[in-house]
Amino acid sequence: MSKFPNQLALVSVVGVSAIALAVGLSERAAHKAELAAHDAEMAAAHHAEATAESVVEHAAEEETATAEVADAAAPAGEDTELADAGMSAAEEAPAAEAAPVAVTAAAVDGATDMLDGAGDTGRMAGDDSAAPMGPFGLGRPALPEEVAAWDVDILPDGTGLPAGEGDVWTGEEVFADNCAVCHGDFAEGVDNWPKLAGGMDTLDHEDPLKTVGSYWPYLSTVFDYVRRSMPFGAAQTMSDDDVYAITAYILYSNDLVDDDFVLSKETFFDVEMPNAGGFIIDDRAETELPLFSQEPCMENCKESVEITKHVLFKDPIPVEEGEEEAAAEPAPALEATETAAVQAPADEAPAEEVAAEEEAPVAAEEAAVPQEAIDPELVAAGERVFKKCKACHQVGESAKNKVGPILNGVVGRSVGTGADFKYSKVMVEAGSGGMVWDDATLAGYLEAPKKFLKGNKMAFAGLKKEADTAAIIAFLKAHP
Amino acid sequence: MTTKQKGKGASRRQFLTGAAAAGAGAVAAATAKAAGPDPLITELQDWATGMGAGVDETPYGLPIEFESDVVRRNVEWLTADTISSINFTPIHALDGTITPQGCAFERHHSGAISMRKEDYRLMINGLVDQPLVFTYEDLERFPRENRIYFCECAANSGMEWAGAQLNGAQFTHGMIHNMEYSGVSLRTLLNEAGVKPEGKWVYVEGADASSNGRSIPIEKALDDCLVAFKANGEALRMEHGYPARLVVPGWEGNMWVKWLRRIEITEVAVESREETSKYTDTLEDGTSRKWTWEMDAKSVITAPSPQAPIRHGKGPLVITGLAWSGRGAITGVDVTIDGGKTWQKARLGAPGQSKAMTRFYLDINWNGEEMLLQSRARDETGYIQPTKDQLREVRGLNSIYHNNGIQTWWVNADGEAENVEIS
Repeated sequence: MSKFPNQLALVSVVGVSAIALAVGLSERAAHKAELAAHDAEMAAAHHAEATAESVVEHAAEEETATAEVADAAAPAGEDTELADAGMSAAEEAPAAEAAPVAVTAAAVDGATDMLDGAGDTGRMAGDDSAAPMGPFGLGRPALPEEVAAWDVDILPDGTGLPAGEGDVWTGEEVFADNCAVCHGDFAEGVDNWPKLAGGMDTLDHEDPLKTVGSYWPYLSTVFDYVRRSMPFGAAQTMSDDDVYAITAYILYSNDLVDDDFVLSKETFFDVEMPNAGGFIIDDRAETELPLFSQEPCMENCKESVEITKHVLFKDPIPVEEGEEEAAAEPAPALEATETAAVQAPADEAPAEEVAAEEEAPVAAEEAAVPQEAIDPELVAAGERVFKKCKACHQVGESAKNKVGPILNGVVGRSVGTGADFKYSKVMVEAGSGGMVWDDATLAGYLEAPKKFLKGNKMAFAGLKKEADTAAIIAFLKAHP
Repeated sequence: MTTKQKGKGASRRQFLTGAAAAGAGAVAAATAKAAGPDPLITELQDWATGMGAGVDETPYGLPIEFESDVVRRNVEWLTADTISSINFTPIHALDGTITPQGCAFERHHSGAISMRKEDYRLMINGLVDQPLVFTYEDLERFPRENRIYFCECAANSGMEWAGAQLNGAQFTHGMIHNMEYSGVSLRTLLNEAGVKPEGKWVYVEGADASSNGRSIPIEKALDDCLVAFKANGEALRMEHGYPARLVVPGWEGNMWVKWLRRIEITEVAVESREETSKYTDTLEDGTSRKWTWEMDAKSVITAPSPQAPIRHGKGPLVITGLAWSGRGAITGVDVTIDGGKTWQKARLGAPGQSKAMTRFYLDINWNGEEMLLQSRARDETGYIQPTKDQLREVRGLNSIYHNNGIQTWWVNADGEAENVEIS
């Protein structure tokens, strides 16, 4: 809006920066003073607005050029840093003081613009009935429903726990349906996915196993995380009862509760987390900083030097397709076991043969894939929707079986017959019973995976929009 | 996603087994005196006679095709999948200090989400006078700051605790980037809502499905944190939190919440998953440090290094690298070429800036003999980057995070480098 924003910015800070410069604040000190100064700064801006009318009159008389009052209320970022804490007194300063400051800058424009500006910020300047807003009057009050929708975190003392309850046996079922595909039926973890149970008393060993039972200090964290972030790819879709049940089952898997345990707000603190006392607050300032602040040696520091360890993987990217199948696979640094040491090879059980192996190839079904032209736009839309699936499924030339099977050629294929993938029993049975993935079966499955084939392993809530389902099917057809 | 280095990998193996000795000789010859006129000079080249590309050929330019190997890379076996995973900045191939957004490392807990500015909402709630909701447009109306900071994942170099594992600066030290951020001071936003006196912590949370959340003490939140919407002058990339992310200068990258959607003022830390079960450092006796937020002073030689071998033979050689500290400015970097018998002060590309990367150089006349290269950073607090063994002495081998130990590259007479540890 302003033609001369920088100049205008001076309006609200000119007096303030003079003080700061006179005191000669260093950048750091100025930075620290910024917080305190900020309130003062904004108060000054507020006053500038509140007195807009008098400024208008004054300015109009002087016929000084340039700007608009709305801008006068906006201080420049850099200049505010010079503001001195002493200006907090401006809060109490009479409104009259603000006007001269503004006029000194000789940067105020004609009456029309100014009145507009005052109108824009009227919420702050004039409306006493409005909720109290901050110095800039930006944003709007958050509604209680909005806060309730987003503020779902659980504090260590249980604050935020919802009503509801869940027992171990319900938990086992819900876990099997939603979690076991990555975390294993017994929370023991699949591939590199996190193990949730076990590892007791391993924290002082080489390669400790950190699980909910062996490591997590607060039960609140488990509930909070499961409710907010799980299951992977369908976060925030489970009921509070289910989250209680899953949490109860994880505790049971760690031998922390009996099989008749029911978790709720009331029983939450009956559970003792074994590693609750296992943490200390960062003590590097005492244990490391003095040690690592000694003047270092520059010359004749050692007699001889020997190489003690060579790199484990000579190629920058250690595992390449089809070769060097990790004789010794280093442990993941991030999500899984989180140890940096070299582990024994992950004993990857050879993919179990599915029952369908004996069956004849699906030649008969080939007719089911009509050679229809696939709408490229629909395919592109499908690619976007496929992001929801990518956590578990891959397509394309280099696709591999992950948590879910490769989906190349899935359209027209007998259910449960992707190569080298271990399907659930119901999938295999459906395939042997003659079910083929076509438009109708895919649509049904994608809409409600759990209902369509009860007992299958796919932990996905389903696609709500028919358009998304159509797009995905087109996308899959484009990957024969 | 994963870019394989098939060709390069193979040639590196040849080098390492000595099979490429002839190749190395040829490289050396190229730097010797020209045997005859250079056809690149004596013959008319296409580019010197025809026409180049017109304007608008690429409305938003990408690096030239000859630099196509300067890309982020991941290491597949580190994580279960690429959705909740990390990749690495190609620091071995960059110079200066600013990391271009397009090759700056990514870490997602539930994938990078694509959100329109129009759909962006930022809520401040909890112990405040007035819970507020801001739109992206609102954020743009607050006074803005520009600051350069590094962002380093706490797990950077984490794979190297037990010994040298990955062969390349990109993989040992590439979970870091350094950008110029434009945004609003978090303090300004908090003041807008009015923090109540009992508010001691700020819980920040992202809008993606992982809902990554971290607790930050109010002192830090009011000190130098930013809600940033531009990096290196342009909008944040999707993978870095478009349209707005938190910047927590000098502190571990996990706290730099992307797609920032909520800021809650609390009396106590939330003790979320990412600040209890992860990003805590287990010591030798089994106890674990929590709230290890600052990233200690650290440095690495980016070239020569395993992915950036010396191809020109002996003679003038530029040794260069990066240094940074989460506790302040880098005040000096020492470099050794003999495995730490003697050290020399490196030249800083520019004076160190607080919590930002510093480039260093050591210009030497290489005699063509093998070298054991190390760099050692010092920051304004007087802290000197320790050796890996010094760190292990204090923490044991299970710490995972915050490995800022000195890195060693063994450069052989052919100019090839390897990640090693030395006595």
